[in-house]
Amino acid sequence: MSRWLPRIYLTLVYILIYVPIVVLVVFSFNESRTGYSWGGLGLRWYESLFDNRAMVGAMWNSLWLALSAATVSTVIGALTALALHRYRFRGKKLLNGMLFVVMMSPEIVLAISLLALFLLVGLQLGYVSLLLAHVTFCLPFVVITVMARLSGFDESLPEAARDLGASDFTMTRTVLIPVIMPALLAGWLLGFTLSLDDVVVSTFVSGPGYEILPLRIYSMVRVGLKPEVNALGTLLLVFSLVMLMLSQWILIRSKR
Amino acid sequence: MDSDLFCEGLVRRFGSNAAVDHISLDVPAGTFFSILGPSGCGKTTLLRLLAGFDKPDEGDIHIRGQRMNDVPPNRRPVNMVFQHLALFPAMSVGDNIGYGLKRRKVPVAERRKRIAGVLEQVGLPGLEYRDPQELSGGQRQRVALARCLVLEPTLLLLDEPLGALDLKLREQMKVELKHLQKQFGTTFVYITHDQSEAMVMSDQVAVMREGRFDQVAPPEELYREPATPFVAGFVGDNNRLAGELVAIRDNLAEIRLDDGSLVQGRVASGDLETGRRAELYIRPESLVLSGDALSTGFSAMQAKVRTTLFDGANSRVEAENGGQPVYARLPQDGSAPKLSAGSAIRLAWDPVLARVFGADNP
Repeated sequence: MSRWLPRIYLTLVYILIYVPIVVLVVFSFNESRTGYSWGGLGLRWYESLFDNRAMVGAMWNSLWLALSAATVSTVIGALTALALHRYRFRGKKLLNGMLFVVMMSPEIVLAISLLALFLLVGLQLGYVSLLLAHVTFCLPFVVITVMARLSGFDESLPEAARDLGASDFTMTRTVLIPVIMPALLAGWLLGFTLSLDDVVVSTFVSGPGYEILPLRIYSMVRVGLKPEVNALGTLLLVFSLVMLMLSQWILIRSKR
Repeated sequence: MDSDLFCEGLVRRFGSNAAVDHISLDVPAGTFFSILGPSGCGKTTLLRLLAGFDKPDEGDIHIRGQRMNDVPPNRRPVNMVFQHLALFPAMSVGDNIGYGLKRRKVPVAERRKRIAGVLEQVGLPGLEYRDPQELSGGQRQRVALARCLVLEPTLLLLDEPLGALDLKLREQMKVELKHLQKQFGTTFVYITHDQSEAMVMSDQVAVMREGRFDQVAPPEELYREPATPFVAGFVGDNNRLAGELVAIRDNLAEIRLDDGSLVQGRVASGDLETGRRAELYIRPESLVLSGDALSTGFSAMQAKVRTTLFDGANSRVEAENGGQPVYARLPQDGSAPKLSAGSAIRLAWDPVLARVFGADNP
């Protein structure tokens, strides 16, 4: 009895987590007109999804935004982490603390202050404002991931490279980057996911010219959700699984 | 003989504390030079100055006659074996060794040949494609050495590279390192806090304390004729007996120990004055357990046995004289009497083997 109790409990937990996802995937292949009854297997909602210009457009916008936000924040974040790790400078503690402030402050606060800032400087709300906002909240995650990797790093490795005749740039390219690669990858993926499903900040700083997926779906909820969303959800799920496997594959390869 | 490394008046300060305090040294080509000192004596700082990772506040570093002060580490004819070896983790053994050659733009074919050659020389033929993580501690050590030696540096710096190895392997690598140094003919500058490592391998040893060299000498001289009380206490085991200086005769100092016995040792420092405190250093192996008969000229004192420690050839007796601990070697050839705790013994020595320094605090 006591042996079975934990197993049953665990099974229930997993059911709670995964059943909604399984239901979503199964219902994305539903032929029925409504989302609540089963009408046989088919790709009806995938067709309807791809016919929905606005939806597909929003999806591409979102992917492009997430891709650029993740890349920009990884580059800036990695450089910040290296600076924080390697150098002593005035305001280092402050910079370190500010990262946590951004991470810990409620999203709504970040959203309002960014909006106020953009209006103040007269920036038109659209792709650029979204990119700046997303880079802002992705940045601390990248910095912290890379810093964690660097903290376990043997300080004599860069020195050994210098000693063997490498310039600072060559040392960074051949020794430092390979070591922090997994952290860069993890930071990038984290940024990508954060950006892709952000609603709160995006609501405030997006403009009419650049619609993104989470906001599109959110606005659809009010007029009634079509089962297209299931198809979209399934596609995103497959996409993120592929990304995850890709990153694992790169990590294993880099370890060898 | 021309020198590979010549330094004059090197100073490196951290705040008000000088980690390296006016050090001068001259290392002839092809020698094994050790810098021996307790942790915190500044030896690592000194090595980093030589490698170029740090700059001296004063003084000059010359390598084969070239002034090196403003030359960055990647342009110095110096390579370093790091304490934790610092092998590049994402690279194979061959890539690690080829790293420096690649930086020098040595063509691939030539590179491959030289990597294979140096691996052969350090006793690891054919391991180019292995991951350093798969190798044993001793093998990794050799890879780290090969990575430097393949560049044929003027000077090889070694920062306590044996520290991470277990005792048995360390003993083995000591001998190995010495052989490799002879084989390559490269000048080695080796820093360590382990006096046995320094003694076994070196041609010259510099004993360092608080940023300065106490003595620079071949190992035998360091052991037989320590120049300062610190060297006498740090290099090898030594007994220290404190007393009052009674007289100096024919380069022999006579001391009255605290228990009243009069003993003799060679004068080792210039600050001896009759009536002042002095310290006599005598090695445990120079002390003989004597009966009533005393060889002529020998000094002797009474001691009370505390305990005996059996350790094969290193067996010894711990005793005390006037509250001061004394250790003597116990020969295991049957010549030593059976000793029990509390029994009285007589320890004697040839005064020529003992050294007397003035005590710092009167």
